[in-house]
Amino acid sequence: MNRTRKTFQYTMLLLLALGVAACDLPPMDSEQQGFRGTGMAQIDNPEDVERVANANQPSAPLPAAPVVPGPKAGEIYQNVQVLGDLGVAEFIGLMTAITQWVSPEQGCNYCHNPANLAEDSVYTKVVARRMLEMTRHINVDWTDHVADTGVTCYTCHRGKPVPDYIWFKGNELKDTSGIAASRMGQNLASPSVGYSSLPYDPFTALLNTPGANAKVRSGTALPTGETASMGKTESTYALMIHMSESLGVNCTYCHNSRAFREWDQSTPARVTAWHGLEMARSLNIDYLEPLQPVYPASRLGPTGDAPKLNCSTCHQGVNKPLYGINDLENFPALSAYLFDQKTEQDSLLAYIEQSEQLASKTTDTD
Amino acid sequence: MAEYKNLFTQTTVVGPGEVGVALPPGNSQRRLKKPKFNYWLAKLGNGQLGPFYLGKLGFWSIACGVIAFEIIGLNMLASVNWSPVQFVRQLFWLGLEPPPPQYGLSIPPMHDGGWWLLAGFFLTTSIMLWWLRIYRRARALRMGTHVAWAFAAAIWLYLVLGFIRPVLMGSWSEAVPFGIFPHLDWTAAFSIRYGNLFYNPFHMLSIVFLYGSVLLFGMHGATILAVSRYGGEREIEQIVDRGTASERAALFWRWTMGFNATMESVHRWAWWFAVLCPLTGGIGILLSGTVVDNWYLWAVKHGVAPAYPSTGVVDPAR
Repeated sequence: MNRTRKTFQYTMLLLLALGVAACDLPPMDSEQQGFRGTGMAQIDNPEDVERVANANQPSAPLPAAPVVPGPKAGEIYQNVQVLGDLGVAEFIGLMTAITQWVSPEQGCNYCHNPANLAEDSVYTKVVARRMLEMTRHINVDWTDHVADTGVTCYTCHRGKPVPDYIWFKGNELKDTSGIAASRMGQNLASPSVGYSSLPYDPFTALLNTPGANAKVRSGTALPTGETASMGKTESTYALMIHMSESLGVNCTYCHNSRAFREWDQSTPARVTAWHGLEMARSLNIDYLEPLQPVYPASRLGPTGDAPKLNCSTCHQGVNKPLYGINDLENFPALSAYLFDQKTEQDSLLAYIEQSEQLASKTTDTD
Repeated sequence: MAEYKNLFTQTTVVGPGEVGVALPPGNSQRRLKKPKFNYWLAKLGNGQLGPFYLGKLGFWSIACGVIAFEIIGLNMLASVNWSPVQFVRQLFWLGLEPPPPQYGLSIPPMHDGGWWLLAGFFLTTSIMLWWLRIYRRARALRMGTHVAWAFAAAIWLYLVLGFIRPVLMGSWSEAVPFGIFPHLDWTAAFSIRYGNLFYNPFHMLSIVFLYGSVLLFGMHGATILAVSRYGGEREIEQIVDRGTASERAALFWRWTMGFNATMESVHRWAWWFAVLCPLTGGIGILLSGTVVDNWYLWAVKHGVAPAYPSTGVVDPAR
């Protein structure tokens, strides 16, 4: 009897421990963010704050790339398509920094053929060139989102050749085809949407489709015939959960949750976030997806698509990536156009065409 | 003095099994099992288990319920590619979704919402048959049909969510998915889509009756327990022949709030509060999307929502 009671007690204790294992222990920090009485507060767990802070340390400070008069990189080196207008010293300084930010262990040879540094034979060099253009595009054209803080390679890469937070289409547990019910892109415990059962890939529809719009609520009290389906609502909801998780903030960081739609009750952060969604969509469509033919199969997703970005890619749990600390002011070449954008895009297209021709030729000789 | 005791006291009432009354002609006499006594059941309520009346309605209701349960469960298992481990791990997340919007109210292919429709059909049939069973059993015992009508109130809300509103909206895709978290996430998304259900007056009423039911249940339970030392739990006797328990309970509430229910009326209050909760809730759901598209803006229009100072933020898309 005594033994049964003991077993019972221990079992209950174990069940209790399991039941609260996922709970955060109090106390929480709470900071008011909006008008009194609206419940707009940022809730933080002090333990999480420390963990996230440790995971978001800025890169070791790098020396500024010296801007000194002298010959241009494009005059001295061959095949310098994007940074040709930089002085040689600045060019080398930036190359060293990129190595530190992206491939500190692999070194220069991660992108360059050591026998001929100018050659485009390593695919990563072609990707890196396009990424340089993208960084510049973000820092020049998307100041509505990145402000003067801007981004460097390190914002996403954090010393790794492939950033930790990227996404692919169809990157989830396989379901069954045939007559069995389709999962309809939801109902799995998915980290991309904060372990909710909401659609686990809101990105394809909302961050990778031209002209996509996350709006689901109507602007009139009564129906007007224009309805967003529950499915679309769940997609938007999923994207919002993703944003909240990526930035480590509540809904009320941007919204007055009594009326999510109303701009004049929202915080200014919502405007920044709105531009962020526009930016993420534009970067996926114009920069990341077109690189698909350049990547080897091992870098592509399960359905053969190129790796793409979402809010986590830069933010990684912080509302301001790396708490707004980066080396951008030391590398002015990353925040100014030196060449015509059109030429840059043309050169990528020419490269893809060339490599496709090359590939088809190889197949022919086989 | 003999006292009725339970989990919260110490003793259990044990006696010969009660086999029930003889049923009028036209009723099935099949009643499963002879009465049994269960020690643990007696800790909670009456320790007698059975006899259980099955009947045709009960049989078909359970059969349809099992079919619905199997359709939902097997499709959930298929959605994790028949992996038993993933099925257990993700059980609360798994679901069976209604057809996507492009099918409207037509019958979709099985994999694209067909199973949802079929599961819904069998579940609804099962519930309806169970309702009939409850109604018929109450009649057979010459009882009132209050339980059946209270159950019907819940069925109303169920039908509004899964059938009536989707039909009015012209699309099965408006209905609720099956699944633990899927239906909860759907509920939150529904409120977001229709501009915050808290501004829906019928949702407000539903909450009043929900919390009101809890309050009444707490007050009533507490009152009866408090006078059970005077035989207060024999409520029916107290209704007919008001004894000291009833007098004390009534006096207590007159002292504390100036007004009291009677032994009979308190049950009518509780019944109406319980029934009005899904009735008003169902109306609120039915009006969302069909009559009102954004409850917040509706509330502003009618002076319900308080105004806060503008933050000065403007829609960047404009």
